[in-house]
Amino acid sequence: MSTKNIIKKTVLYNQHQKLGAKMSPFGGFDMPIQYSGIINEHMATRTGATLFDTCHMGEFTFVGPNALSDLENLLTCPVESMETGQCRYGFICNEAGGVIDDQIIYRIADDEFFMVVNASTQENDFKWITSHLSENTKANNITDITAKIDLQGPKSPKIMAQLVNEPIDGMKYYRFRYNTFENTEVLVSRTGYTGEIGFEIYCPNELADKIWEKCLSIGAVPAGLGARDTLRLEMGMPLYGHEINEKTNPTATGFTKSISKNKKFIGSEIVNNVESDKLLVGIQLEGKRAGRANDVVLNSNEENIGIVTSGSFAPSINKAIAMGYVDKKYATVDTRVLLDNGRKKIEGVIVELPFYKNATGRKALKNFL
Amino acid sequence: MTPQDKKFAKSHEWIKVVDDTAIVGISDHAQEALGDVTFVELPEVGSVIEAQKECGVIESVKAASDIYMPVSGKISEVNSVLDDNPEKINESPYEDGWIFKITDFNKSDLDNLMSADEYDTFLESQE
Repeated sequence: MSTKNIIKKTVLYNQHQKLGAKMSPFGGFDMPIQYSGIINEHMATRTGATLFDTCHMGEFTFVGPNALSDLENLLTCPVESMETGQCRYGFICNEAGGVIDDQIIYRIADDEFFMVVNASTQENDFKWITSHLSENTKANNITDITAKIDLQGPKSPKIMAQLVNEPIDGMKYYRFRYNTFENTEVLVSRTGYTGEIGFEIYCPNELADKIWEKCLSIGAVPAGLGARDTLRLEMGMPLYGHEINEKTNPTATGFTKSISKNKKFIGSEIVNNVESDKLLVGIQLEGKRAGRANDVVLNSNEENIGIVTSGSFAPSINKAIAMGYVDKKYATVDTRVLLDNGRKKIEGVIVELPFYKNATGRKALKNFL
Repeated sequence: MTPQDKKFAKSHEWIKVVDDTAIVGISDHAQEALGDVTFVELPEVGSVIEAQKECGVIESVKAASDIYMPVSGKISEVNSVLDDNPEKINESPYEDGWIFKITDFNKSDLDNLMSADEYDTFLESQE
């Protein structure tokens, strides 16, 4: 029996069936792509509150007196400066400076950490990380027992406040707290992949259905991976496998805040010393016709200057958008480009990211409670 | 309910003949499968295209799909409402979401198409 093509189900699979979601495989799981429609769910996230099943993602814990230095060595982002209760985005690189995955690291205590990674790379990530740990660092892969639900949107704080027992007042962007749902501990962070103010909720599998149903009953609308992609793209956020992969130098993404120049980490010789000849840019297309991944980027002389990594219609802007790597000398705002898919060339212009300028993600929580 | 006054192609276009003009769109099944339509590349008015050849493109958020001529003929009119409101195809695939009209078409090409009932059976067999 081949295990290559086994598609897993998340613990919320039955909820998606109940709601009549259109499902499709992603990261080894049968996932909901949409419920009421991608544009509906996208706009509901920007104006209301939506709920995403992100149980497919991976979670690891690390404990030990050397956990900090191990992670400092494995991640591009600075870890020591993190306070307890803080989380940080960073890349896991290989020795050649390519990206194994992007992740968010949570500092639980001085010597205790929690990490969330992508679904499709989870197993590979854990193998890589555990082969680069000190003997006395205890690592646990808790992916299979941990459920994750993203609650996002300007109306999400009011819902969150009703969902959990302890008040959420004062929660800052990229900070997390332990809270309780009924009698069980859950971890809630003010993070997300949509750009809107919102939360990622981590809980034991057994709680997922109840949390999902409670959020819907309070007013959250279910949203699938289709909207998740259009939302993150509008914010210029990278997707592993598209903007970042084992062949990309993370410096080329422009996310320099997540890459420390002051420490050695696996891959740093290349990441911090070899300049990439391409930069990740945002491209706004003229109309609604979209560019897609692998379209060639041409300059106004129709010379090849890059490649598209992601592209879609952007509901919040009512135009099509794309991200891609472009030769440094053309990678400036206002440069006119053409996207060529082999059949048609569509006109666009390089713009500053994010495409959507009114996201609420970083705003003060009190204005939404 | 699949409308009885139309014929259907395996590629999910519908065609309705009114006097000497044939109106073309895509079926409810097709718009449902595509998801939110975001862009339509309409065929050029005046162009003469053979049956089963690509004559346009419908894009949804996640994908692009070719539209095929159900019969050979000349494009006489296109639904320009779809330029600004491509979602009409989702809202009203059989009425307001019509895509283009054909004249001087080959009537015998219609015999190669399915009736509404045949199309429904065809859809069931695809599941």
